[in-house]
Amino acid sequence: MSQRNPENRPHAPTPEQRSSIILDEVTVVIGLEVHVQLNTAAKLFCGCSTEYGAPPNSQTCPVCVGLPGTLPVLNAKALQLAIKTGIALECEIARHTKWDRKNYFYPDLPKGYQISQFDQPICGPGHLDISDPKGRFEPRCVRIERAHLEEDAGKSIHDETDRKGKSKIDLNRTGTPLLEIVTRPDLRSPAEAKAFLTELKLILSYIDVSDCNMQQGSLRCDGNINLHIPFAGTTIATPIVEIKNMNSFRNAERSLEYEIGRQFQQWQANGLTIDDAPKQTRGWDDSTQTTTLQREKEDSADYRYFPDPDLLPILVSEEQIAEISSQVITLPSAVRKRLQDEFGLNAYDADVIASQGPSLVTYYLAVAAGCGNGKTAANWIGQEVLRHLNEHEWTIDNYPVDALALTQLLTKVSEGELDQTRGKEVLDEMVRSRSSLDAAIETLGIVKVDASELDELCDQLIAENESIISQIREGNTKAVGALIGKARKINPNANPGKVRERLLAKIGIA
Amino acid sequence: MDLAQHSARQLVQLMSAGEISTADCVDFFLARIEQNKSLNAFVDIEANSQAELAELARRQASELDASYTAKQSTPLFGLPIAIKDGICTKSTLTTAGSKMLQSFRSPVDATCIHRLRDASAIPIGKTNMDEFAMGSSTENSYWGPTKNPFDHSRVPGGSSGGSAAAVAARLAPCALGSDTGGSIRQPAAFCGITGLKPTYGRVSRNGLIAFASSLDQVGPMARSAEDCALLMDVIAGHDPGDSTSSRVACEHYSDGINDSIDGLRIGVCRSFFGEGLDAEVGDAVEHALQQLKSMGATLVDVELPHSKYAVATYYVVAPCEASSNLSRYDGVRFSYRHTDESLDSMYAESRGHGFGAEVRRRIMLGTFALSSGYYDAYYLKASRMRRMIKQDFEDAFKSVDLIAGPTTPSTAFKIGERSADPLSMYLADVYTVAANLAGLPAISLPCGFDENRLPIGLQLQGPAFSESNLLRAAHQFQLNTSWHAEGPNNKPTGEAK
Repeated sequence: MSQRNPENRPHAPTPEQRSSIILDEVTVVIGLEVHVQLNTAAKLFCGCSTEYGAPPNSQTCPVCVGLPGTLPVLNAKALQLAIKTGIALECEIARHTKWDRKNYFYPDLPKGYQISQFDQPICGPGHLDISDPKGRFEPRCVRIERAHLEEDAGKSIHDETDRKGKSKIDLNRTGTPLLEIVTRPDLRSPAEAKAFLTELKLILSYIDVSDCNMQQGSLRCDGNINLHIPFAGTTIATPIVEIKNMNSFRNAERSLEYEIGRQFQQWQANGLTIDDAPKQTRGWDDSTQTTTLQREKEDSADYRYFPDPDLLPILVSEEQIAEISSQVITLPSAVRKRLQDEFGLNAYDADVIASQGPSLVTYYLAVAAGCGNGKTAANWIGQEVLRHLNEHEWTIDNYPVDALALTQLLTKVSEGELDQTRGKEVLDEMVRSRSSLDAAIETLGIVKVDASELDELCDQLIAENESIISQIREGNTKAVGALIGKARKINPNANPGKVRERLLAKIGIA
Repeated sequence: MDLAQHSARQLVQLMSAGEISTADCVDFFLARIEQNKSLNAFVDIEANSQAELAELARRQASELDASYTAKQSTPLFGLPIAIKDGICTKSTLTTAGSKMLQSFRSPVDATCIHRLRDASAIPIGKTNMDEFAMGSSTENSYWGPTKNPFDHSRVPGGSSGGSAAAVAARLAPCALGSDTGGSIRQPAAFCGITGLKPTYGRVSRNGLIAFASSLDQVGPMARSAEDCALLMDVIAGHDPGDSTSSRVACEHYSDGINDSIDGLRIGVCRSFFGEGLDAEVGDAVEHALQQLKSMGATLVDVELPHSKYAVATYYVVAPCEASSNLSRYDGVRFSYRHTDESLDSMYAESRGHGFGAEVRRRIMLGTFALSSGYYDAYYLKASRMRRMIKQDFEDAFKSVDLIAGPTTPSTAFKIGERSADPLSMYLADVYTVAANLAGLPAISLPCGFDENRLPIGLQLQGPAFSESNLLRAAHQFQLNTSWHAEGPNNKPTGEAK
């Protein structure tokens, strides 16, 4: 299909009509293709390790480098993880599936074909629901079209220092099991696309099928996007663009945003529709924050798919599906609901906890049960603990304060033994010096202030702050706050509530 | 003692009993290989892979001799065996008859080689073949054509022509071949030896360089059905390294061959005896049928209505799979690289120069047939026809135990005679391809000679996993006939006329 002149089509909008349409009237249509590396120990069709970061080509064998005479043997674990993902996404699981060869030449594809699934994916139609706890978009059910298993290709490393540079091939990744999850074009904004990716990643971590590490390439995403423009009672669709290399969720959102603007401008300038121009592949360039043209597909590439004669078709039994279903117990949507229903959290706080993944949820549940107050636990974990995790790039699994220690700390706070501020200082100290609760309290020199010390402190405050005292006497009780600040400087262990109470009594207000 | 006249079974017995050493036996056959280099039965490359393998064979033999005890019990003790060069043998060259793999050394043994070594057999050489097993004459080899020991001006058949010639000329007591459309049976027929294509999945394909994965099968080639059974007892069986390998239990083939064929129902498909069949071949096969009848078998007419489509079906399915299987030979890693000026020119030039004409032809056929828009008309249609051909056999085997007929329409043709006409070459497979399409076992055994004293082959085909029956019928036939015992040197060859 070559470019046609849209002006020749009857009822096409004139340039003037095009420029009168504003972007707010336009519907954005986005579909995503997500490649997820499944966290099996071995590759999909051989016994090589899938560990990331080993020296180039050290994790290869005759099978995954495609030596003559070698044959693939399926790693059943990968199939299980694919089915598990399908169940979590409420996909139809195929009872009969097979392997196909996708033929193309590339130096990092050793066999000259990729073993994939063409017309009988292991996971058929399903869906994933997204919503925004801050309400920036309406909840949406995003339909999953399919999810199929395939083997990953290797990595080409191109020397870009000069044009004659050599290219190097690392085949460690070759044969790593990949699940390609394809959505229907149901997403209506970049924010929804980002929310979909975030929720998908969360689900995958809850069911433990992938580490979803985007830096290491274990989760990769391409997006298809075009615009539906209302005109004269019909809809005009702009040419579809596939964006590659959206290598972080933030970049996914930004590149889709950029593409909306670009496509709209293009259409206003040339009026080309989906019927006039071929599908384009564009790449996101992080440095310029733009997408650039990679290739125009006249027709979809001819991969000459056919059933792989080296592998047997797969039959999936009801028992197998039941067994795997029983492993898919907790999903983030269920956790959010439980945190609201059982622990009284609001939607936002519940989302903060659930979004951190299953380990943090377990931690939260232990603290909430231990201290008997779900909201307090959510506040401390959502603010203090997450701050520490972010600062140190930790996960909850290597956080130095375990659930029991945090529970004890929160108990001291709720019983008034420590005030909030002191409590947070204690938590900081426990993290800083990786010490126990008692040791941190001792390090900070926290001791109980007895009644006579409190009296002495209040007398000193009254003696030294005549003007504030007179303001309080005149009825401005808020001014007592200033005295409490001064009290903390004199004796940081003084409980602000008790200082306030005693002061007011001494002044004669209470 | 002329070791050349002994069967594989006799040689194993002699060596097991300590009457001859394995080193002497290996040396004897290595010397015969050396003396008969003009046959070009073995791949003997500049890198001198034959010498390398010979050295390994001698070492293996002396190790066996050193550890010899009268009680040793390995089934192929010391048995020299020739290996088709499309089967991977660790550390020596495995070229599949192609320039593309002229310097390829497999880091591992094929499963069948592993099993042979475990049984104390000794690979003594890699035999010549049509490039990537594509051909019926062994003329399509980068290493030049192999000659038929019965007439050096003629082809030995193919693609396992080197293995067939080696066994016929007594350069090895037995050999391994591979059969995708007749590549064991057709050269066995042309060279007057016995060759079995097992049921698909019976012998592991792991380590067999793929031509068409759903059709390829490794099998034994020897002078007698008895020796084929001896090899089958070692190489057959499930291999977890080949997903298509069968879990059906193996029979003990050597035990089964001694039973009589009295009452065996043999199907005869009359359409095999029509147009295109050389009259002398037809007569010899008819005589063989009468021989089988006289031994107690009943002859029953059967029909295989779709067999006339077998060659056409085969030449869609096999090239399709080949076009994909051979994509890995791209000049990037282990295969021949012509240039590295640019990626595209590396691919085009390496594949253009690394593959021979027939291989390129089939890659193009297959690539075309799998292309978008043609897939349904070719690959899918051929796959459907394949199921119908299979169904024909299943129906026929409801009333007969096996089906007998000619292996080939003619005897060995002249070198160069059909090279310019691929279609006439493809018709050499007319009786053999159906067994591959249906995944069934089939054996070819000698049943006569034509007026030029060129061997004629009788083919027996059976239901899946009926190897034992096929070997039994062939062995019983050979107990009552002597065609299989006639070597090329009993009378002057055609060349000498």
